[in-house]
Amino acid sequence: MLAIFIRRILIAVPVLFAVASITFFLIKIAPGGPFDADRAVSPQVLKNLNEAYNLDASNWEQYLDYMSGLLQGDLGPSFRFPGRSVTEMIATGLPVTFELAFYAILIALMMGVFSGVLAALKRNTVFDFIPMAIAMIGICVPTFLMGPLLVLIFGINLEVLPVSGWGQLPGDKILPSLTLGFAYAAYIARLSRGGMLEVLNQDFIRTARAKGLTERMVVIKHAMQGGLIPVVSFLGPAIAGLLAGSFVVETIFQIPGLGRFYVEAAFNRDYTMILGTTIFFSAMIVFFNLLSDLAALWLNPRSRDAS
Amino acid sequence: MNNNSLWSDALYRLTRNKAAMLGGFILILLIICAVLAPWIAPYSYSYQDLNLGASPPSGEHLLGTDILGRDLLSRILYGARISLLVGFVATGVALVIGVSWGIVAGYVGGRVDSIMMRIVDILYGLPFIIFIILLMVIFGRNLWLLFGAIGAVEWLTMARIVRGQVIGLKNQEFVMAAKAMGVSNFSMFRRHLLPNILGPIAVYATLTIPQVMLLEGFLSFLGLGIQPPMSSWGTLIKDGVESMEEYSWLLIYPGITFTITLFALNFFGDGLRDALDPKTSDN
Repeated sequence: MLAIFIRRILIAVPVLFAVASITFFLIKIAPGGPFDADRAVSPQVLKNLNEAYNLDASNWEQYLDYMSGLLQGDLGPSFRFPGRSVTEMIATGLPVTFELAFYAILIALMMGVFSGVLAALKRNTVFDFIPMAIAMIGICVPTFLMGPLLVLIFGINLEVLPVSGWGQLPGDKILPSLTLGFAYAAYIARLSRGGMLEVLNQDFIRTARAKGLTERMVVIKHAMQGGLIPVVSFLGPAIAGLLAGSFVVETIFQIPGLGRFYVEAAFNRDYTMILGTTIFFSAMIVFFNLLSDLAALWLNPRSRDAS
Repeated sequence: MNNNSLWSDALYRLTRNKAAMLGGFILILLIICAVLAPWIAPYSYSYQDLNLGASPPSGEHLLGTDILGRDLLSRILYGARISLLVGFVATGVALVIGVSWGIVAGYVGGRVDSIMMRIVDILYGLPFIIFIILLMVIFGRNLWLLFGAIGAVEWLTMARIVRGQVIGLKNQEFVMAAKAMGVSNFSMFRRHLLPNILGPIAVYATLTIPQVMLLEGFLSFLGLGIQPPMSSWGTLIKDGVESMEEYSWLLIYPGITFTITLFALNFFGDGLRDALDPKTSDN
């Protein structure tokens, strides 16, 4: 276990370093400077701006400068919002996005595991077919369609829930969390159904039943531990998907989170913001992948005992 | 094709799978509609009737018109061209990269294999969606760049699947025999390995197309994909969302079309998988 952990971290560090470097130089070769967008500024102002943001130094100097800042957690100033640093903006957006992602994962796990386990136990009955049909809908209806449809139904036609915002009106967190969580609930339902079906046929389940355990104990203590390993392995990559989902959900519901900042930065060509968030997102995703792989390893008795 | 029995068996199983056949039928219909769009669309996709504005479905405009008075049915038909084109071309790019990568890694083996697969593992762990957005921002929203960028992201799983298959084939007698006869590496890939892994490749390719279309829809929805006056289903949904409070049909019809297409592709892909590999169909 420990050896795997250390090896994975040893890979993660150079990978993140490479991501940061590649992104930095990609942005350097982007056509057009950050300040020649909407209004033409006088050469003197442009020169001052370039000086203020250290843009007249050579690319190498800027790179070294940026990298040493990065090590200290300084991602530089935002080009679009003068006086605010990228680190600051990430710090304001992150809690909102985390909260959204947390609710979404919670909804996804509760709905997904429950219906998936039920479907596996009641295989080929209505309890199997109906949740799996709904799961298929969850997989085929993309977030950017599900969100607006939920808004149209619950926000505009029925007028029971607010259509936008985050933490301003009672209940305005429900629709965004549901939108983001639904697709994952669908995947998790399918994964936990498949995992459970595989485990339920195995000898140790028969043994557990033979020694007179209640069905409830068999399922909860014995079957679910192994049957849900695919779900745990899925959670790491799911974080990356949640992030992409947060771009859409935060845009639809006007939520001031990191996802919306990123999309706005992409539109405004706020290069430092794009660079900073890209590095930050990558670090987060590498970290969560690591975490979910370790959890899956640990849950699997074979790999746990081997090390 | 020297393995007729496998393919005809698969075809038999596929034709007995109603969901897959329905999916395949819808797909063929959509492809025909997309190809024939300029001839069957009642209006041009850019023809504006500003006096009309947004109108609900009627005899003149079967699915209504958008705020610029453009016929929605025609725009959906033309959008099918872009959406399906992205789906097929980007999947093609992913196929070419993934299959070559997987064959080389699996066949050569040893150090080359472990380095190549380590690269795949690392790339798996990175937020590619962000890099696509980055590329679209830096190099402009170019259709061909979009194909390449999406394809360059989706090849990873294909490489893994193909590598696994090739490793399974490598030690079989016919491959050793071919090697002993001095068959060159290239014709080994083309004549002996590739035909034997076509099944899994076809299955995975069918299941990649909906993912690619989702990705394109996602980018277009954010305004970072297809640019006007061209429209894909993603941009139509985006436009529909902007005016859904008053003109809900502008969201609903493109949304239904997109969802049905994804359903059809998924059902057909699942059916194809079950047909080509009966072992997996049991769970």
